[in-house]
Amino acid sequence: MEFIQLGIGRWLHVIAGVMWIGLLYYFNFVQVPALAAAAKDGTGAGITKHVAPRALFWFRWGALATWVMGAMLLGKAFFDAFLFLKPAYYPIGVGAWLGTIMFFNVWVLIWPNQKKILGMVQASDEEKGRARRIAFLASRTNTLLSFPLLFFMTASGGLFRTAVWS
Amino acid sequence: MKNPLDTLWGTVISGLILTFVLFYIVKFAMQ
Repeated sequence: MEFIQLGIGRWLHVIAGVMWIGLLYYFNFVQVPALAAAAKDGTGAGITKHVAPRALFWFRWGALATWVMGAMLLGKAFFDAFLFLKPAYYPIGVGAWLGTIMFFNVWVLIWPNQKKILGMVQASDEEKGRARRIAFLASRTNTLLSFPLLFFMTASGGLFRTAVWS
Repeated sequence: MKNPLDTLWGTVISGLILTFVLFYIVKFAMQ
Protein backbone atom coordinates (compact mmCIF):
# COMPACT_ATOMS: atom_id res chain seq x y z
CA MET A 1 0.00 0.00 0.00
CA GLU A 2 2.83 2.38 0.94
CA PHE A 3 4.57 1.48 -2.32
CA ILE A 4 1.49 2.50 -4.33
CA GLN A 5 0.82 5.67 -2.32
CA LEU A 6 4.36 6.99 -1.86
CA GLY A 7 6.23 5.26 -4.70
CA ILE A 8 3.88 5.08 -7.67
CA GLY A 9 1.85 8.05 -6.41
CA ARG A 10 4.84 10.40 -6.19
CA TRP A 11 6.10 9.22 -9.59
CA LEU A 12 2.73 9.87 -11.28
CA HIS A 13 2.39 13.18 -9.37
CA VAL A 14 5.68 14.37 -10.88
CA ILE A 15 4.88 13.09 -14.41
CA ALA A 16 1.46 14.77 -14.40
CA GLY A 17 2.95 17.90 -12.80
CA VAL A 18 5.60 18.19 -15.54
CA MET A 19 2.85 17.80 -18.15
CA TRP A 20 0.73 20.50 -16.47
CA ILE A 21 3.37 23.10 -15.62
CA GLY A 22 5.32 22.36 -18.81
CA LEU A 23 2.27 23.22 -20.91
CA LEU A 24 1.54 26.25 -18.67
CA TYR A 25 5.04 27.55 -19.48
CA TYR A 26 4.49 26.67 -23.16
CA PHE A 27 1.32 28.81 -23.20
CA ASN A 28 2.93 31.76 -21.42
CA PHE A 29 6.47 31.72 -22.76
CA VAL A 30 5.78 30.45 -26.31
CA GLN A 31 2.15 30.43 -27.52
CA VAL A 32 0.96 33.86 -26.31
CA PRO A 33 3.97 35.72 -27.81
CA ALA A 34 3.75 33.54 -30.96
CA LEU A 35 0.06 34.38 -31.46
CA ALA A 36 0.79 38.09 -30.93
CA ALA A 37 3.44 37.90 -33.68
CA ALA A 38 1.18 35.77 -35.90
CA ALA A 39 -1.67 38.30 -35.57
CA LYS A 40 0.46 40.80 -37.50
CA ASP A 41 0.78 38.58 -40.59
CA GLY A 42 -2.38 36.48 -40.16
CA THR A 43 -0.63 33.12 -39.69
CA GLY A 44 -2.01 32.13 -36.27
CA ALA A 45 -4.92 29.98 -37.48
CA GLY A 46 -2.92 26.75 -37.41
CA ILE A 47 -1.92 27.30 -33.80
CA THR A 48 -5.46 28.01 -32.60
CA LYS A 49 -6.98 25.20 -34.69
CA HIS A 50 -4.48 22.36 -34.30
CA VAL A 51 -2.10 23.12 -31.42
CA ALA A 52 -4.06 24.95 -28.73
CA PRO A 53 -6.94 22.40 -28.33
CA ARG A 54 -4.45 19.50 -27.99
CA ALA A 55 -2.26 21.44 -25.57
CA LEU A 56 -5.33 22.40 -23.50
CA PHE A 57 -6.48 18.77 -23.35
CA TRP A 58 -3.22 17.52 -21.79
CA PHE A 59 -2.96 20.71 -19.71
CA ARG A 60 -6.31 20.38 -17.92
CA TRP A 61 -6.18 16.60 -17.44
CA GLY A 62 -2.56 16.89 -16.30
CA ALA A 63 -3.74 19.41 -13.71
CA LEU A 64 -6.45 17.03 -12.47
CA ALA A 65 -4.06 14.05 -12.27
CA THR A 66 -1.46 16.15 -10.45
CA TRP A 67 -3.97 17.28 -7.83
CA VAL A 68 -5.46 13.80 -7.30
CA MET A 69 -2.02 12.17 -7.00
CA GLY A 70 -0.94 14.96 -4.62
CA ALA A 71 -3.98 14.35 -2.43
CA MET A 72 -3.22 10.62 -2.45
CA LEU A 73 0.38 11.33 -1.48
CA LEU A 74 -0.74 13.40 1.51
CA GLY A 75 -3.07 10.57 2.53
CA LYS A 76 -3.77 10.73 6.27
CA ALA A 77 -1.83 14.02 6.47
CA PHE A 78 -4.27 15.72 4.04
CA PHE A 79 -5.99 17.81 6.74
CA ASP A 80 -2.75 18.37 8.70
CA ALA A 81 -1.36 20.00 5.56
CA PHE A 82 -4.43 21.91 4.32
CA LEU A 83 -5.48 23.16 7.77
CA PHE A 84 -1.90 23.82 8.95
CA LEU A 85 -2.45 21.64 12.03
CA LYS A 86 1.23 20.59 12.48
CA PRO A 87 4.31 22.78 11.83
CA ALA A 88 6.07 19.95 9.96
CA TYR A 89 3.31 20.17 7.34
CA TYR A 90 3.39 23.97 6.92
CA PRO A 91 5.65 23.91 3.80
CA ILE A 92 3.70 21.20 1.96
CA GLY A 93 0.46 22.86 3.17
CA VAL A 94 1.45 26.10 1.41
CA GLY A 95 2.39 24.09 -1.70
CA ALA A 96 -0.90 22.18 -1.58
CA TRP A 97 -2.92 25.41 -1.30
CA LEU A 98 -1.02 27.02 -4.20
CA GLY A 99 -1.61 23.88 -6.30
CA THR A 100 -5.29 23.88 -5.41
CA ILE A 101 -5.72 27.55 -6.37
CA MET A 102 -3.96 26.83 -9.67
CA PHE A 103 -6.11 23.74 -10.27
CA PHE A 104 -9.23 25.88 -9.67
CA ASN A 105 -7.93 28.48 -12.13
CA VAL A 106 -7.45 25.81 -14.82
CA TRP A 107 -10.90 24.25 -14.60
CA VAL A 108 -13.04 27.25 -13.57
CA LEU A 109 -11.36 30.21 -15.28
CA ILE A 110 -9.01 29.08 -18.07
CA TRP A 111 -10.80 26.11 -19.70
CA PRO A 112 -14.38 27.52 -19.88
CA ASN A 113 -13.07 30.81 -21.30
CA GLN A 114 -10.72 29.06 -23.75
CA LYS A 115 -13.72 27.15 -25.11
CA LYS A 116 -15.30 30.51 -26.00
CA ILE A 117 -12.05 31.87 -27.51
CA LEU A 118 -11.46 28.77 -29.66
CA GLY A 119 -15.08 28.63 -30.83
CA MET A 120 -15.95 25.35 -29.06
CA VAL A 121 -18.98 27.10 -27.54
CA GLN A 122 -21.06 29.98 -28.93
CA ALA A 123 -19.91 33.45 -27.84
CA SER A 124 -20.28 37.00 -29.17
CA ASP A 125 -17.20 39.07 -30.03
CA GLU A 126 -17.67 41.02 -26.79
CA GLU A 127 -17.86 37.79 -24.76
CA LYS A 128 -14.76 36.46 -26.54
CA GLY A 129 -12.86 39.64 -25.70
CA ARG A 130 -13.77 39.31 -22.03
CA ALA A 131 -12.98 35.58 -22.06
CA ARG A 132 -9.58 36.29 -23.60
CA ARG A 133 -8.66 38.71 -20.78
CA ILE A 134 -9.90 36.41 -17.97
CA ALA A 135 -8.10 33.34 -19.40
CA PHE A 136 -4.92 35.37 -19.93
CA LEU A 137 -4.86 36.75 -16.39
CA ALA A 138 -5.67 33.35 -14.85
CA SER A 139 -2.89 31.74 -16.89
CA ARG A 140 -0.41 34.47 -15.89
CA THR A 141 -1.51 34.12 -12.25
CA ASN A 142 -0.76 30.40 -12.44
CA THR A 143 2.67 31.13 -13.93
CA LEU A 144 3.33 33.53 -11.02
CA LEU A 145 2.12 30.97 -8.45
CA SER A 146 4.12 28.13 -10.05
CA PHE A 147 7.37 29.61 -8.69
CA PRO A 148 6.45 29.40 -4.97
CA LEU A 149 4.53 26.17 -5.70
CA LEU A 150 7.62 24.41 -7.07
CA PHE A 151 9.76 25.89 -4.28
CA PHE A 152 7.50 24.50 -1.55
CA MET A 153 7.02 21.15 -3.33
CA THR A 154 10.79 20.61 -3.51
CA ALA A 155 11.75 22.38 -0.27
CA SER A 156 9.24 20.45 1.87
CA GLY A 157 11.33 17.30 1.36
CA GLY A 158 14.65 19.15 1.19
CA LEU A 159 15.43 22.52 2.73
CA PHE A 160 12.67 22.48 5.33
CA ARG A 161 13.37 18.88 6.36
CA THR A 162 17.06 19.48 7.04
CA ALA A 163 16.91 23.10 8.22
CA VAL A 164 17.71 23.87 11.85
CA TRP A 165 14.43 25.68 12.49
CA SER A 166 12.22 22.72 11.58
CA MET B 1 0.32 51.40 -12.39
CA LYS B 2 0.65 48.75 -15.08
CA ASN B 3 -0.47 45.22 -14.19
CA PRO B 4 2.73 43.14 -13.74
CA LEU B 5 0.89 40.12 -15.18
CA ASP B 6 0.75 41.85 -18.57
CA THR B 7 4.46 41.20 -19.10
CA LEU B 8 6.38 37.94 -18.73
CA TRP B 9 9.14 39.54 -16.68
CA GLY B 10 6.61 41.23 -14.38
CA THR B 11 5.02 37.82 -13.83
CA VAL B 12 8.35 36.06 -13.16
CA ILE B 13 9.63 38.76 -10.78
CA SER B 14 6.28 38.82 -8.91
CA GLY B 15 6.50 35.03 -8.54
CA LEU B 16 10.03 35.22 -7.14
CA ILE B 17 9.02 37.96 -4.67
CA LEU B 18 6.02 35.90 -3.51
CA THR B 19 8.31 32.87 -3.08
CA PHE B 20 10.63 34.81 -0.75
CA VAL B 21 7.74 36.31 1.22
CA LEU B 22 6.06 32.92 1.74
CA PHE B 23 9.40 31.28 2.59
CA TYR B 24 10.07 33.73 5.43
CA ILE B 25 6.47 33.49 6.71
CA VAL B 26 6.69 29.67 6.85
CA LYS B 27 10.21 29.74 8.32
CA PHE B 28 9.06 32.17 11.04
CA ALA B 29 5.91 30.08 11.76
CA MET B 30 7.96 26.89 12.13
CA GLN B 31 10.41 28.36 14.67
